[in-house]
Amino acid sequence: MTAVDTPPSANVGVTKLRKEDAHLVTGRTSWTDNLKLPGMLHVAFVRSPMAHAKVTGVDVSAALEQPGVVAAFSGADLVDNWSGGLPCAWPVTEDMKSPTHLPLATDEVRHVGDAVAVVVARSRYQAADAVEFVEVDYDPLPAVVDMEAALADGSDLADTSLDSNKSFTWQKIDGDIDAAFDGAAHVTTRRFINQRLIPTAIEPRAVVCAPPRETRETTLWSATQVPHILRLMLALTCGVPEHELRVVAPDVGGGFGSKLNVYAEEAVCLVLARKLGQPVKWTESRSEGYQATIHGRDQIQDVSLAFNQDATLRGMKVELLADMGAYLQLVTPGVPLLGAFMFNAIYKMDALSFTCHGIFTNKTPTDAYRGAGRPEATFAIERLIDEAANELGMEPFELRERNWIKHEEFPYTTIAGIEYDSGNYEAATAKAKELFGYDDLRREQQERRDRGDKVQLGIGISTFTEMCGLAPSRVLGSLSYGAGGWEHASVRMLPSGKVEVITGTSPHGQGHVTAWSQIAADALGVPYEDVEVRHGDTAVAHKGMDTYGSRSLVVGGYAVQSACDKVVAKAKRVAAHLLEASEDDIEFEAGTFSVRGSPDASKTIQDTALAIFAAHDYPEDMEPSLDSDATVDPENFSYPHGTHLCATEVDTETGQVTIRSYVAVDDVGKVINPQIVEGQVHGGIAQGVAQALYEEAVYDADGNLSTGSLLDYYVPSAADLPHFQTDRTETPATTNPLGVKGVGEAGTIASTPAVINAVVDALRPMGVNDVRMPASPRNVWEAIQAANGGAA
Amino acid sequence: MIPASFEYVRANSIEEAIGALQEHGDEAKLLAGGHSLLPLMKLRLAAPEVIVDLGRVDALRGVCETDDGRLAIGAMTSHQDVIDDDLVRQHCGVLADVTAHVGDAQVRHRGTIGGALAHGDAASDLPAALLALDGSVIAQGPNGRREIPASELFVDYLTTALNDDEVVVEVRVPKLDGDWGWRYEKFSRVAQAWAIVGALGIVKRSNGSIEDARVGLTNMGTVPVRAAAVEQALNGNGTDAIADAAQQAAEGTDAPGDLNATPEFRQHLARVLTRRALEAAAG
Ligand SMILES: Cc1cc2nc3c(=O)[nH]c(=O)nc-3n(C[C@H](O)[C@H](O)[C@H](O)COP(=O)(O)OP(=O)(O)OC[C@H]3O[C@@H](n4cnc5c(N)ncnc54)[C@H](O)[C@@H]3O)c2cc1C
Repeated sequence: MTAVDTPPSANVGVTKLRKEDAHLVTGRTSWTDNLKLPGMLHVAFVRSPMAHAKVTGVDVSAALEQPGVVAAFSGADLVDNWSGGLPCAWPVTEDMKSPTHLPLATDEVRHVGDAVAVVVARSRYQAADAVEFVEVDYDPLPAVVDMEAALADGSDLADTSLDSNKSFTWQKIDGDIDAAFDGAAHVTTRRFINQRLIPTAIEPRAVVCAPPRETRETTLWSATQVPHILRLMLALTCGVPEHELRVVAPDVGGGFGSKLNVYAEEAVCLVLARKLGQPVKWTESRSEGYQATIHGRDQIQDVSLAFNQDATLRGMKVELLADMGAYLQLVTPGVPLLGAFMFNAIYKMDALSFTCHGIFTNKTPTDAYRGAGRPEATFAIERLIDEAANELGMEPFELRERNWIKHEEFPYTTIAGIEYDSGNYEAATAKAKELFGYDDLRREQQERRDRGDKVQLGIGISTFTEMCGLAPSRVLGSLSYGAGGWEHASVRMLPSGKVEVITGTSPHGQGHVTAWSQIAADALGVPYEDVEVRHGDTAVAHKGMDTYGSRSLVVGGYAVQSACDKVVAKAKRVAAHLLEASEDDIEFEAGTFSVRGSPDASKTIQDTALAIFAAHDYPEDMEPSLDSDATVDPENFSYPHGTHLCATEVDTETGQVTIRSYVAVDDVGKVINPQIVEGQVHGGIAQGVAQALYEEAVYDADGNLSTGSLLDYYVPSAADLPHFQTDRTETPATTNPLGVKGVGEAGTIASTPAVINAVVDALRPMGVNDVRMPASPRNVWEAIQAANGGAA
Repeated sequence: MIPASFEYVRANSIEEAIGALQEHGDEAKLLAGGHSLLPLMKLRLAAPEVIVDLGRVDALRGVCETDDGRLAIGAMTSHQDVIDDDLVRQHCGVLADVTAHVGDAQVRHRGTIGGALAHGDAASDLPAALLALDGSVIAQGPNGRREIPASELFVDYLTTALNDDEVVVEVRVPKLDGDWGWRYEKFSRVAQAWAIVGALGIVKRSNGSIEDARVGLTNMGTVPVRAAAVEQALNGNGTDAIADAAQQAAEGTDAPGDLNATPEFRQHLARVLTRRALEAAAG
C-alpha cells in the first residue's frame, strides 16, 4: 500500500464543503414527516382554546363516528399509561414547585394549546376533521398572564393545585454586595424587558412511532435534538423498558432549543402505537407549534451597576422575574440560572448578587432557546454598560476597557466563581473597530446630529463572552442539573481501511458529519472521504448527551479526537509488531507508521487495520481490534467571546430602524471548518437581530396568543438583514485538546445588545435612553414620544 | 395545509364559472391565485364546500386597450404579468409599480389582480391603487356585465359590492397620459409583509403646479380610502403646499389599532408617508 501523502492537518482548519449538503439541497432528505410505514395512522390533538379552565367533560364518541377514525382518547382515558408527568430535569431548588404535567390534561388546562384529547385516523385530513367532533366542556378560570400581577397577594393562580404562582426563588451572592453599593460613587439602574420569543425552526416538530414487530423493540422517530435523552425520559414517563425503546432523530431541520425537550406528543404517540399495534404519525402545523412547542426568553430584569469615582466597577445587582409559562419542561427553571454566571460578563467586579424568581403563567412553557439565559444576561450587562457610560460621560469603549479582564490576566476566576480559561478582548475589539470604521462613523453621527437629520445614525457595541459547551458533569451536578455533560464517540477501523465515527451528538443542521470527518481524518491520517459519521439513532450511537448549549464540538469533537488517539495507539502497537521494531521507535505521521532511522520500513494505518482484521499475526497482549471508544468530560465550560459592532439608521419620523453595517469579530478558539463557523455566526446574528428588531410573542389579557402564526410573528428573512462582515481572532481554549470553543450561540448572544445599543445611541440626543424590544417602528416612535423628542 | 374537505369544480369558461356559482350559492368560492383564499382555508377560517377554479379560463388573462381609451386587465392576470405588461408600463406605470410591492416573487406569480380586488382587503396594496386611479372592475353575472367603480366596490372589511354569483372579469384603469408622477410609500415591519400603512401619491403636473393630485391610503380603515382633504388642498397649488396639505392625510380615516400600530401612530404614519409620496411624485 502507498502512504497517504497528506500533511498532518490537511483537513482541520480548512473549509471543506459540507458532506451533508448534497442531500439537503436536492430534497433527498428523510425528515420525520417524510417517513411512511405500512398501516400508519395519523394523530391529531384536541387543544384547549382557553388559557385556563377546568375540564369538566370530554366526549369523544361523535369523533369516533367520523370517517376514517380508528380511535380517540381523552386525557382520562390515557392517564394510566403514564408512570409520571413529563419530566423537568432541572430542579433548581429543593422547594421548587413543579406541578404534574401529564401529556394529556385531565381536569385542568393551563395554556392555549394544552392538549386534552387525541384522535387517530387513517389520514391526516380525517384526523383533523374529527378533532372538531370531540366535545370538551370547559369551565373558564381566570388567566394569569402578567408576571408582576402573578406575584401580588391574592393573585389568581395559574394552576389551582398550587398556593402561589412562584415556582422558586434562586439566589447567588458573591462578594460583599452591600458594601459594593453603599460605597459607590455612581450607580446605574435599569429595568429591561427580555421579551418572549418563538424559536421557529424551519422544520416543524414531527413524531412517528412503530410498535414492536419481529422483536420487542418500539421505534420512535422524532424531529428532536436529543434522541438519547428522549429515549431515557420516554422510557421512564411511559413505562417502556429502556432497552426495548429505540429513538431515531433522522434529518432534523433546525432546533435552536425547541427540539431539546420531551414533549407530550412524543409520549402520546409512543403510547398510541403500542396500544393500537400500528404505526402512528403526528406533524405539527406551524400555528399548532406556536402553541405547543416551547418559547424562549421572557424575563423582566432589574439590574444595577455600582462604580467607583474612577469608573471602575464595584458590583452588580440582578433581580429577575422569569416566566416559566404553565409547566416546567425539560430544563425550564434552569435557563435563567445559566445567566447567573454571565451578568458580570467580561468585567471585573468585587460583588455580584443574582436573584431569580420563576413564575408560572397561563402561557406556553418557556425553555432553552438559542443562548438560553446567556443572551438575556448579556443583553442586560451590555445595555447597562452603555447607559452607565452615558451617565458617566464616557466613551462606551473606554468604560469597557477600564473594567474588562486583560488578556494577560487569563486564566481568570470571575466574581461568579468560574474560571475563564483564555481570551483576548483587546485584540477582538481592535480588529472590530478597524473593520467597522468606528471613528468615521462617529464623525458622521456627529454631523447628522448637528444638522438635525431626520435619519439619525447610532453605533452599538457588544463586547460579549458566554459560557457554553455544557460539560463539566460535576459542576452541572452542583447546580442540580439532572444529567452529566460528558460525550461519547466510537471510532471503528474497517478492514478496508475506511473509518466509521459514531458520535453521541445529534446534529440538526450544524454540519457535524463534515467537522467530525475532518477531525478523524487528521487524527488517523486517512483521507477525509474515507470517514463516515453516524449519529442520531440510539441503536447505532448507543451513548450520548446530544446537541445543545454549543457543546457538540467542544465535548463531542473532543471525544472523537480521544477515540482516534486510542485507535492510533493500538495501531502503533500493531505496526511495531509487523515491522518487528520496538514501539518506542515507531513514528506516526499522516497515517503512516515508520521506524525511526529506517524510512523504508513503514506500514499505513490501513495496513494495520487489515492485519488486525485477519488477526493472523498481532501482538500477544492485545485484543484483535483497533476500534476504540471515548467518553470525555471536560473540566470546564467553554468561553468564546468577541466584539460586535452595529450601525443603525433610525428614521425619527417613522421609527423605522435600518441596519447599515454590522461587524462581528468572534474568538471561538481554534477553528475546524471556517465556513461552518461563519455560517453559525451569520445565523446566530440573524436570530439576535430578530429579537432586537422583529420578534415578540404577544399574549392578550385573556391569555390568547396574538402572534399565533407567521403572519403576525415577524421572522426576518434575508431581505431584512444586512451584510454581516465577520472576522476572527484565535485564542485557543486550554480545556480541550482541539483548542476549540463553542460557536453555536455566540452570534445570538452578541447581536441583540449591539443592535439595541445602536438604536438607543441614535436617539440619545432626543432624550431617549431605552427602547423596548423589539425596536419596531411603533416601539421606537413611542420611545421618542415618551422622551418628548417631538418628531411628530 | 389541512383544510376542511371541499368539492372542486374546474370552470372552462366564464359562463361555466357563473353557472357553478348559481348552483351552489354562498357555499361556493371562486379560486384565482389562491393566495388569499387558501391561507384562510388551511387555518379553517374559511371552509367553502365548493371551490370553482378559474385557472383554465384563458379569456380572463391579458391586457388590452378599450374603445373609450382605458386599459382592460383580465381578472386572472397575475401580479407579475401586470408588472411586465408593456401597455401597463406605458400607460399606467403606477399600477405596475404598486403591484411590485405585493408580497414576494412567489406571491406575485400566483396571485391575480382580480383576486386581490375581489378579496377586498384594505390592508392589501391594490385596492387603494384602484381607488386613487378612479379605476373600476367589470363584473359578470347571470344577467350580464356591469361596471363597478372602485369608489363603490369596497363596502366593508373583506366585503365588496360583488354578488355571490358574479365573477370579476376585467379591471379597468385610465391611461395616465401627460406629465404624471407617482410614488407608493409602503410601510411594513419586514420586507415581505402587508402594509402597516401605505400611501400612494399620484400627481399630474402642469406649468410648475399641481393640476391633479390623488392620494390612496392602504390599511387606514375597513376599506381603502382617498385622502380627499389633501387632494383638495393641493389642486392648483405648487409643490411647496405638500407639507401642509399632507397634515390632513388622516382626516376621515378610521385607522385600526393592532400590534403594529395604535390608531394614533397610523394617523401619524399616514401624514408622513403621504408627504413623502407626494413630494416624490411631484418631484
Ligand atoms: C405570503 C403572502 C404575502 C402576501 N403579501 C401581500 C402584500 O404584501 N400585499 C398585497 O396586496 N397582497 C399580498 N398577498 C395577497 C396576494 O396579493 C393575493 O394573491 C391576492 O390578495 C389575492 O389574489 P388571488 O388571485 O390569490 O385570489 P384568491 O386567493 O384565489 O381569491 C381571493 C378571494 O377573491 C375571490 N375571487 C378571486 N378571483 C375572483 C374573481 N375573478 N371574481 C370574483 N371573486 C374572485 C375568491 O373567491 C376569494 O374570496 C400576499 C399573499 C401571501 C400568501
